[in-house]
Amino acid sequence: MTSVTLTVNGQSETQKVEPRLLLVHFLRDVLGLTGTHVGCDTSQCGACTVLLDGAAVKSCSLFAVQAEGSAITTIEGLAKGGKLHAVQQAFWDQHGLQCGFCTPGMIVSACQLLERNPNPSETEIRAGLEGNLCRCTGYHNIVKAVQQAARAR
Amino acid sequence: MAETNKLFGASIKRREDPRLITGKGNFVDDVKVPFTTYAAFVRSPHAHARIRGIDAGAAKKLKGVLAVYTGKDLVASGVKPIPVGWLLPNIKVPAFHPLAVDRARHMGEAVAVVIAESPYLARDAAELVEVDYEPLPAVTDGAAALQQGAPAVHDDAPGNVCFRWSLGDKSATDAAFKGAAKVVKQSFRNHRLIPNAIEPRACLASAQPGTGDITLWVTSQNPHVHRLIMAAFVLGIPEHKLRVISPDVGGGFGSKIFIYPEECAVTWASRALSRPVKWTAERRESFLTDSHGRDHHTEAEMALDANGRIRGLRVKTIANLGAHLTLFAPCIPTYLYGTLLAGAYLTPAIHVDVTGVFTHTTPVDAYRGAGRPEATYVVERMVDLAAQELSMDPLDLRRRNFIPPEKFPYQTPVALLYDSGNYAGALDKALGLFDYAAFRKEQQAARKQGRYLGVGFSTYVEACGLAPSQVAGALGAQAGLYESATVRVHPTGKVTVFTGSHSHGQGHETTFAQVAADELQVPMEDVEIVHGDTGQVPFGMGSYGSRSAAVGTAAIYMGTQKIKEKAKKIAAHLLEANEKDVVYESGKFFVKGSPDRSKSFFDVSLMAYLAHNLPKGLEPGLEAISFFDPGNFVFPFGTHICVVEVERNTGLVKLVRYLAVDDLGRVINPMIVDGMVHGGVAQGVSQALWEHAEYDENGQLITGSMMNYSLPKADDMCSVEVARTETPTPVNPLGIKGAGETGTIASTAAVANAVMDALSPFGIRHLDMPLTPGRIWEALRGRKEA
Repeated sequence: MTSVTLTVNGQSETQKVEPRLLLVHFLRDVLGLTGTHVGCDTSQCGACTVLLDGAAVKSCSLFAVQAEGSAITTIEGLAKGGKLHAVQQAFWDQHGLQCGFCTPGMIVSACQLLERNPNPSETEIRAGLEGNLCRCTGYHNIVKAVQQAARAR
Repeated sequence: MAETNKLFGASIKRREDPRLITGKGNFVDDVKVPFTTYAAFVRSPHAHARIRGIDAGAAKKLKGVLAVYTGKDLVASGVKPIPVGWLLPNIKVPAFHPLAVDRARHMGEAVAVVIAESPYLARDAAELVEVDYEPLPAVTDGAAALQQGAPAVHDDAPGNVCFRWSLGDKSATDAAFKGAAKVVKQSFRNHRLIPNAIEPRACLASAQPGTGDITLWVTSQNPHVHRLIMAAFVLGIPEHKLRVISPDVGGGFGSKIFIYPEECAVTWASRALSRPVKWTAERRESFLTDSHGRDHHTEAEMALDANGRIRGLRVKTIANLGAHLTLFAPCIPTYLYGTLLAGAYLTPAIHVDVTGVFTHTTPVDAYRGAGRPEATYVVERMVDLAAQELSMDPLDLRRRNFIPPEKFPYQTPVALLYDSGNYAGALDKALGLFDYAAFRKEQQAARKQGRYLGVGFSTYVEACGLAPSQVAGALGAQAGLYESATVRVHPTGKVTVFTGSHSHGQGHETTFAQVAADELQVPMEDVEIVHGDTGQVPFGMGSYGSRSAAVGTAAIYMGTQKIKEKAKKIAAHLLEANEKDVVYESGKFFVKGSPDRSKSFFDVSLMAYLAHNLPKGLEPGLEAISFFDPGNFVFPFGTHICVVEVERNTGLVKLVRYLAVDDLGRVINPMIVDGMVHGGVAQGVSQALWEHAEYDENGQLITGSMMNYSLPKADDMCSVEVARTETPTPVNPLGIKGAGETGTIASTAAVANAVMDALSPFGIRHLDMPLTPGRIWEALRGRKEA
C-alpha cells in the first residue's frame, strides 16, 4: 500500500491505496464520490472524466498515485453554494441528458471545452466532445446545452 | 379523456435531472452495502469448446478469495437453466445454464465465478482459474450454420434450427406473383449490432441469513420480471422473499430486459456465502455478453402491377439467434418482424418464412426497435427498388400504395389490426419542411460538379405498446403484457404513484407525474412517482417495446379515476349532497352550480383516513390499484427524410440533413419525446453507416471494444429536425402511441435509401449496410457515372 495525498473538490485527502488503484476507483470506492462513472475499459466513453489541475482527464486511465499532489474537480464539485454551474443548468434546461450515466463526464468535458473556447461553433462543440459517448440523446440537445452555457458565461 | 390538461402536453423540465447533473444519481454500482464481496467471471476464450476440467486450486489459495463456483456446482445445488419467455410451435429450447456445464458455446460465455473480498482480487483470482478446454469447430454466421456439416451448437437442435415460422397466405401470395407486371428481387443482410448502453450491466445481491430474504439490485428494465423468473424458474427462491431493485439505470435499449447468467450466479452465491456479492461488467464483458441485436439474412420479392401498385410481398429470413435463447429472442424475428412487413401499404398478399438458427455467438434478442427496424428496412428498401425499376418517383409509388385514412382500423394480411393513421398526412407535413423539387434540382447541379447528394425516405409504421395479454398468450408469450399502477393518496392529499413501468432514461418521474397531477387536479410537486422496486410496486411488466406511455400511463390514468370516484362519494357525504350532483373542478368538490360551498382534495383525503364521518359501508383509506391491458398494439407512423453527400474519392458519407416527422398520438411532454426521437435516430443512422459487430472465422468477436466498434460520436451526427402530426389512438384512454423506438425503426432505411440515391448515377442498385467508406469505395472502384 502507498500513501497518496490529493485535493478533491477543495478538500485535502490522504489515503493508503494499492499502487494499481485507478483514480476513478479511488474517487468512487475510497472517497464515495460515485458521480464519476465507469463506462468502458478503453478510455473511449469519457463517463469518468474529471478535471485534474483544471485539465479534463479520463480518471479510468490514471492510477490514483499518479494524481499525487494534484487538485481534482469531480461532478460533485461543480455546483457552488447550492447554485448549479452554468453547464449543469444548461444540461437541465436543454434536456441534454436522458439516462444520465454519461452526463457527469460530458458536463466536465463541456466545462473544459468552454474554458478553452468560450464561444465555440456547433462544429467546434461536436469536435470538442469527441471523447465522450452518449447513447441516448444523439448529441442534439447536448450541443444545445453547451451553446446555452456559452451564452451564459 | 382528461378534462383539464394543464400539464399534459407541456415541455416540463425533468425532475430526475437535478440529481443526475450533480453526481447524485444512484446507479447499481453506486450502491454500497457493508461487507460486500465481489464476483469476477471466468469466461471462455473460445467460440466453442468442451470443458474437460476446471482447476481452481491456485485461485482458492489466494488470500481473500472466498469461493470459486463452476457450472457443475450450480447444477448440483439445484440451480435451473434460464427459461425463454416466448415459445413458438416446435421450437427447440436447449438448456441455458448460468455457468456453462460441459461446453462453452460462444466467446465470453461464463464457465466459473470467483468471489473475493475486493474487485481487483476477484479479477486476479479469475486469471488463476485454469480451464482445460478442448477447442471445437465453430460457426458464427446464420446462413452458414444451416449448411450441411456445419458444427452443431446444441445436440438437441439438429441442423442448428431453433424454429421455422411462417405467416401469411402463401397461395394468395404465389398468385399475386404469377399475375404481376413487375417482380422486384433483392437479398439483404441486416447486420449484427451491440447495444452498448453506457452504463455496463451490474448486480448486487444481499442475502439475509436470519430471515431468508434476499435483495437484488440489478440493472433491469423490468424488475418484477427479473424477480419472477429468478424465483420461479432459476433459483427456486420464494417470490416473496426476493426483492429486486432497479434504481437509476444508465440506458437499456432492450439489453437490460433479459435475465442474465451473472445476476443468477451472484444471487445464488450471496445465499451460499451469506454475504453480499457484487458484480459490475467491464465493457469487454458487455460486448461479449449483453444480448446483441438484428443479424438477418433476407431474400425479398415484391410483385407490382404496371401502375406501381404493390400486389404481393414474399420474404424469407434467416435469423441468427446466437448460442442460447434469451428471454424474448424467439419473438423478435417473428411476431415483431413478420407482422410489420405490410408497412404503410395496401399490399394485399404477404408471406414470410423465418428460420431461427443457433450459432456460436452471443445471444441475439431485442435491441431498440427489435424486429421492426429489420422489417422497415426490407419494406422501405423494396419500395425504393421498385420505384427505380418502374422508373417512378419513390414518393409517387409510396402515395399510390398508402393505406388511406378512411380504411382504419385496417387489417393487414400479416395479423395486425392498425389502429389509426394518416400516412399521406405525415408525408405532406414533411414535404412542407423539405422542398423536394428544389432538392432534386440541387442534386442535378451538384452532380455536374462531381458532388453526389442523395435523399432517402422512410414512410414507416410500427407496432408498439406491447399487448394485449390474451393475444400475446395465444402467440406464445409466457407472460401477460398489461401494466399496473397503484395510486396512493396520503392523509394530507399528497400522492404517491407506484408504477410497474421502469425508467432508464425516459423521464417517467416527470411525465407520469404530469398525467397523475392533471387527473387528480393537484399540483405536480404533490405527486411522487415510484418505480423499479418490487418491494414497493405491487407488480409490473416493465419497459420495452415503447410501452410505458401507451400502457403504463393508461394504468395510472385508470387508478386516478378510481380515486376520484371514491373521493367524490366522501365529498358528497360531507356536503350532504347526492353524489350525482357533485362535480370536481380545480381541485374542489362541490354541488354543481354552487362552488362557494366546497371540499378540497385535502379535506376529502384527510377524512378518508380519519374515517370519522364516511358514507355508510365505505372503507377508510384512499388508494387504488389498476391493471391496464389494452385491446391492441398502438401504431406510430411518420415520414423520415435523410439527405447525404457521398464523397466520390473516399466513399465517405456525410449527413447533410435529417428530418423526422412522427405521429405518436398524443404527447405528454414534447421536450422528452423530441429527445427520444433524436437518440433513436442516432442509433438507426449508426446502423446504416457505422456500427457492425463482426466475428472472425474462429468465432472471435473482433469488434469487442469501443476502440473497434463504431459508436457514433458528437461529430459524426448532425442535428435532427423533429416535427409531428397527431392522430390519437383509440386503444388507450389517453390517445398515446409509443415514442421510444420510432427513431431507430424509421431512420436506418431512410439513410440507406439516401446513400443509394446518391450512388444511383453509378448504376449501383444496392449495397448492404453498414455503408462505410471502405464498402462504398470498393463499389465505386472502376465505375463511371452512367
